[in-house]
Amino acid sequence: MVSAFETARTINTKYNCFLEVFEDGRYSPLPGKLNGMTVAIKDVLALKDARLTCGSKFLENFTSLYSATCVERLRLAGAVFIGKTNMDEFAMGSSNENSAYGAVLNPYDVTRVPGGSSGGSAVAAATGAARLALGTDTGGSIRQPAAFTGTVGLKPTYGRISRYGLTAFASSFDTVGTFSRTLEDAAIALEVMAGSDPHDATTATAAVEEYSLGLKKDIATLRIGIPKEYFGEGIEPDIREAVEAARKKFENAGCTIVPVSLPHSKYGIAVYYILTTAEASSNLARFDGIRYGKRSKDSETLLETYVRSRSEGFGPEVKRRIMLGTYVLSSGYYDAYYKRAQKVRRLIKEDFTKAFAECDALLTPTTPTTAFKLGDKVTDPLAMYLNDIFTVNANIAGVPAISIPIGLDRNGLPIGAQLITNDFEETNLFALAKEVITELRIEN
Amino acid sequence: MNPELLAKYEPVIGLEVHAQMLTKSKAFCTCSTEFGAPPNSRTCPICLAHPGTLPMLNENLVRYIARMGVATNCQIRERSIFARKNYFYPDLPKGYQISQYETPICHDGWVEAELPAGDFKRIGITRIHMEEDSGKSIHDFGVDTLVDLNRAGVPLIEIVSEPDMRSSDEGYAYLTAIKSFVTYLGICDGNMEEGSLRCDANVSVRVRGADKFGQKTEVKNLNSFRNVKLAIEAEIERQIGLLESGGTVKHETMLFDANKGITRPMRTKEEAHDYRYFPEPDLLPVTITAKYLEEISKELPELQRVRRDRFINDFGLPKYDADVLTVDKAMADFFEDAISNLGLKSNDLIKSISNYLMGDVMRILSENKTTIQSLGLEPKHLADLISLVADKTISNKIAKDLLPELIGSKLSPNEIVAQRGMAQVSDEGALRDAVKATLANNPDNVAKYKSGKTNLFGFFVGQTMKAMNGKANPTLLNEVVKEELEKL
Repeated sequence: MVSAFETARTINTKYNCFLEVFEDGRYSPLPGKLNGMTVAIKDVLALKDARLTCGSKFLENFTSLYSATCVERLRLAGAVFIGKTNMDEFAMGSSNENSAYGAVLNPYDVTRVPGGSSGGSAVAAATGAARLALGTDTGGSIRQPAAFTGTVGLKPTYGRISRYGLTAFASSFDTVGTFSRTLEDAAIALEVMAGSDPHDATTATAAVEEYSLGLKKDIATLRIGIPKEYFGEGIEPDIREAVEAARKKFENAGCTIVPVSLPHSKYGIAVYYILTTAEASSNLARFDGIRYGKRSKDSETLLETYVRSRSEGFGPEVKRRIMLGTYVLSSGYYDAYYKRAQKVRRLIKEDFTKAFAECDALLTPTTPTTAFKLGDKVTDPLAMYLNDIFTVNANIAGVPAISIPIGLDRNGLPIGAQLITNDFEETNLFALAKEVITELRIEN
Repeated sequence: MNPELLAKYEPVIGLEVHAQMLTKSKAFCTCSTEFGAPPNSRTCPICLAHPGTLPMLNENLVRYIARMGVATNCQIRERSIFARKNYFYPDLPKGYQISQYETPICHDGWVEAELPAGDFKRIGITRIHMEEDSGKSIHDFGVDTLVDLNRAGVPLIEIVSEPDMRSSDEGYAYLTAIKSFVTYLGICDGNMEEGSLRCDANVSVRVRGADKFGQKTEVKNLNSFRNVKLAIEAEIERQIGLLESGGTVKHETMLFDANKGITRPMRTKEEAHDYRYFPEPDLLPVTITAKYLEEISKELPELQRVRRDRFINDFGLPKYDADVLTVDKAMADFFEDAISNLGLKSNDLIKSISNYLMGDVMRILSENKTTIQSLGLEPKHLADLISLVADKTISNKIAKDLLPELIGSKLSPNEIVAQRGMAQVSDEGALRDAVKATLANNPDNVAKYKSGKTNLFGFFVGQTMKAMNGKANPTLLNEVVKEELEKL
């Protein structure tokens, strides 16, 4: 019999989705409700005694001394860890082309990207290399690759799953979540990982629900909001049609369809790139070449050690964001950028609060396009950033969202629909997703 | 400097004091704050800033700063947030220091500083906020710089005063008051030499009568109370000298050179910081409820001035003694501990303890550059020693000789006196025999005494005391010598 580890290694040779596949038997499952579920871990999450590279040259030889809370909770519940997955460096990117260890290929079309930043995890789940793959979502880094690879991508409420052990990109946005082929696996994994953690002050104390029961919940009484700002120009016709079909399914199931408006959505990308780069510029300051990670050789002075280690250790997108973030926090610019963006962040949150007074969930496309070609957007950062136009606002507001496969486009590429609910209403996400999901299985 | 020139200008001084909190663990992780552990042995992934780690707030830090805020009449914010102060330095693992910026937890308070003449001056406190300490860079290992991160993450509070001080004496008095508060509140050991209390001074001068403040400079590297005073004086003189010679004071950071007694500018490169403060997203706002403040007020210990007054009223101590003994809380604690060990608590004995502490004990402390806590003298032993003098078991002279031996001693004074047979001889028969022997051994002086040289009385007492190894009860000895001489 071929072991799960061997299968993962074979898949990895095709798609470069793993940075490390563990030796057979390195992890054997404890008894528990996950019952040996195979789990791939995005290499931005700490696993004790395993390498933690964050897709960066800077941490090429770094081994974590401890495990992330979410990882430890999965282990204690009976998960088997298969390996660490490839990703955009420090989770910055939307195509997985920013990995220092090579791009990940989309199993539906190897000339296309799997999305990012959790592209490796998306492919691991899509191909069945692991039943569950952990990802992180700061602006769409789970939902966008889930849409591109035909998987279920869950971004829970901010604070629902502990961030302890998640290498920070933008602390007030970063959210741990999952990729899976089925909603059932996503629900049970959330039950295991969710809940407050003394190691993370921003975790919520809200009760953890039995999300798998949500899959049996009657949805007839739920109201589906259709935000007009998410159906403007630039959406591929196949995607528009597929989402419209999903809307009809809800209508047929007895849901009320409500047109709603999130008027500040258009500022989302700007707010996102100001606030996340600001936080990133500070979060990545610890990678200084002094205590661990890359230290440039032959540096004569302290300043040279800093400059060279960081210049050699970081890729271009990471440098770009550190510079952007440093700029927006600089004295003289702070009020015009950071402070202003914080104010707009509150307005965007209020948009959601108002919308959820009128409906229980929002239905939107996850992305305006299906998976694009490798190399298509690498020279145009702004075009790349716009890929997250439908996903960033959920992170800005902290609300939970899920991307689910709802079919294939004319090129045979997966289409994702996004559902968004109010804080801590993940149960409704699962209940509604169940109604419209088309489970996809790519053959290897 | 010419006193007329000095008188022409008015100095304006504000102090920024950092106090290291006496919490058992660090501000944001569970590592021990113990001082003097082997380098980097008190560290963990959190204070080493490993990827993925997050700060966990030590609740005692909030408790301690709230105590300080209440004790110094501050407004306490119901909701205050932490901020990140970003800069690169090898002893700052995260590349930022968690501090507070726009919303310090305490603000707008005041303390009364006691001036040398005995009157009080109210000094405003602008703000008190929480932050974490950095590690230590050690430069004296050849070409390499070594980093010890044991101190990284140790909780600090920063107390910023208003520019209310007008002389180095006022600065000294304010700092004394701050030290007294933090030590009495039990939140800091107040040791400037070891760096648990640190002070920077903002100094400017203006021509007397001017409305506006002059340009200020910040003076750093003040590692003792004395240096704070000297550095302020040196900087005042430097600024006046500059202005008098037609120059202008620049906004810069000065270092105090204690050997030369002068201040000189720090390299300007290190000043060009833009700290890029922004709210710390990893920590929740700190909320202080009215109920919490009530609890804090209730648990406030007796502060120095109250204790000093109590020493005067309850123990009949002179104000001078009460002042000296209560400056250092540990000394005042020792004093009270010793009193509680006295069998008979008369004001004479209490004053006697005070005399020993202010005299011999403080001399030993300064000679050995140590503190009463680490001296190794038991309060009970001092009380016993004084009781032995009081009940005439030993003389005051023997007691003074014995005191240094009690330091670090497991044996009580009673045991030492018994073991060595140091008890005074009050047996009249024994004394009389000794006196007779002295007289018999000194026939010449006896003859002189009889012929009128009565000042030889002391000679006979001294000789007898010497023969008895100093153990004779002096009062009784005097009487017996007198009697024996009269019999002649």
